[in-house]
Amino acid sequence: MEVLRIENLKKSFGAIKVADAVNLSIAKGEAVGIIGPNGAGKTSLFNLISGNLAPDAGKIYLLGKDVTAMGAEMRCRAGIGRTYQIPQPFSGMTVFENCLVAATSGAGKSERASYDNCAEVLREMHLLAKANVLAGSLTLLERKALEVARALCSEPRVLLLDEIAGGLTTAEASELVETLRGVHTRGVAIVWIEHIVHALVAVVNRLVVIDFGAKVMEGDPAEVMASAEVKRIYMGMEAHDAA
Amino acid sequence: MSTAMTKVVQSSRTSRIAGLVAIVLILALLSAAGWADRGTLSLLMEFFCYLALAEMWNLLAGFAGIVSLGQQAFLGLGGYALFFAALRLGWNPLEAFLLAGVAGAIIAVPSALVVFRLHGAYLAIGTWVLAEVLRLIFSEVPSLGAGSGISLPVKFAKSVHLGGMHRDAVLYLAALALALITILASYLLLRSQRGLALTAIRDNELGARSSGVRIFSVKLMVFAATGLGTGFTGALLYLAKLRISPLAAFDVNWTSYMIFMVVIGGVGTLEGPIVGTLVYFILRQYLADLGSWYLIILGVVAVTVMLRLPMGIWGTVARKYDISLFPTRRRVLFDQDKPTTPGVAASSAETTA
Ligand SMILES: Nc1ncnc2c1ncn2[C@@H]1O[C@H](COP(=O)(O)OP(=O)(O)OP(=O)(O)O)[C@@H](O)[C@H]1O
Ligand SMILES: [Mg+2]
Repeated sequence: MEVLRIENLKKSFGAIKVADAVNLSIAKGEAVGIIGPNGAGKTSLFNLISGNLAPDAGKIYLLGKDVTAMGAEMRCRAGIGRTYQIPQPFSGMTVFENCLVAATSGAGKSERASYDNCAEVLREMHLLAKANVLAGSLTLLERKALEVARALCSEPRVLLLDEIAGGLTTAEASELVETLRGVHTRGVAIVWIEHIVHALVAVVNRLVVIDFGAKVMEGDPAEVMASAEVKRIYMGMEAHDAA
Repeated sequence: MSTAMTKVVQSSRTSRIAGLVAIVLILALLSAAGWADRGTLSLLMEFFCYLALAEMWNLLAGFAGIVSLGQQAFLGLGGYALFFAALRLGWNPLEAFLLAGVAGAIIAVPSALVVFRLHGAYLAIGTWVLAEVLRLIFSEVPSLGAGSGISLPVKFAKSVHLGGMHRDAVLYLAALALALITILASYLLLRSQRGLALTAIRDNELGARSSGVRIFSVKLMVFAATGLGTGFTGALLYLAKLRISPLAAFDVNWTSYMIFMVVIGGVGTLEGPIVGTLVYFILRQYLADLGSWYLIILGVVAVTVMLRLPMGIWGTVARKYDISLFPTRRRVLFDQDKPTTPGVAASSAETTA
């Protein structure tokens, strides 16, 4: 079953094309990785899918339904969950309350009915011990984990993850990979933008390469990573990671 | 997990002590209607009207992110609705008062549809323009005194009484009720599930939107509710003044004072506006004789607090000592017996008030 379909999506900021006729289809339970150099338009693609940005042309379908005209809040309610590359916590609320917002507004559950699920998601993201702490006092890494937890609490059908593994140690990254595999086996489709490619390929079953807003390649992660095209684009990215 | 396991509470000891103090204070304030002199009563009446206004502006700007410079639109409208009902419809004071609030709420809805298309400074200016438009409209209505304004007949003013109580006492009690209801309603709203959404908007609108919070409808609800409350307050203030004019009723200074009180006290908390209103009245009582120096001092106080205590007086105190008179925070109770597996206490989910 197709969860998300993007048809001929176009968006420009002046002369910069951030989405250049992008087509993409994501099936239920699939995990797709997105890579590409800085400024390629990866985050912009998420903004288009989540409704934070209106496309110049093209269509977005969620579970077969055209959601192109829907606002971001309705798309979340319809089943598109996302994280932000720069975390956007509710700083004056506790970690647990951050999750409650997503559970009540996004998943449409009653507050009490969502307590257990929120606690469970926080446990999975290793944030349960911080449940009563104000989100504003979290470290950057914890904020990134909270982004994922909050998105999960909105009970998405497709989860958009924007660079959540940066800064993690190898051990932490593999824990994250385990958690995401768990989410994935529960039937949530994942689209994951990540520069930490080894974490990415451990979860995804398909890799999409974006450059200058256009999808330049798509396929089996190992094959994509081995291709000459990606090696060429990747020279710049590895230099970036090392910096 | 199939059964409810996570225990969450939403209260604190400070709130119970504060609750007791509040009850004693409210009883004392109620009794003032019986013993305070007329001058004190009218000062207290004004105080509670301003407190209600400050709390409502705080709800708008501090929580819903609607930084309005045009709340005088609803205040003036409430005042004029009262005068219109009294003079042209022949309604009694209570009926006229109710109309004033309803008028504020009704006008708020179409205004929101226009104003909410704007953001930030443009929204602030948009609301101000709205108030100016209303001022110009009321300046052109001869039956309401046009530009020079109109007075209430003495007969109408005298008809404001309650079980033998003088007008000043009645108006004072009405203002007290208005302020208390505003604070209580805000508090209950913030504690509720809707309060979660509203607080999320306060903290991060982008994050709230992506978490499924229906920003527009939450904002509309707050804008209409504060339109209602500001309309009531305007009616009360002008019922006490007995005379209304477009220039005074739609004066942007009304909103300036609201902003002063909220910013001084602490924006985004319910306690902040109470502190701010107290500070404002204390300054006004002691400094109003100084003429323009009074305004200069107000400005200096505002700038100093904004620079030194950006969270306001209450915001700074509350953060330092982690206190809250109106706690809304939910707290997960961890099972003390099993420190290795924190988080899930083996009792059913409940919220204690
Ligand atoms: N709102 C905007 N207005 C104008 N330009 C924008 C806007 N948002 C993004 N851009 C530009 O579009 C291009 C793509 O940005 P985007 O954030 O999508 O890149 P990215 O692939 O996510 O990069 P990174 O790996 O650094 O996160 C960049 O050149 C960026 O400056
Ligand atoms: Mg990006």
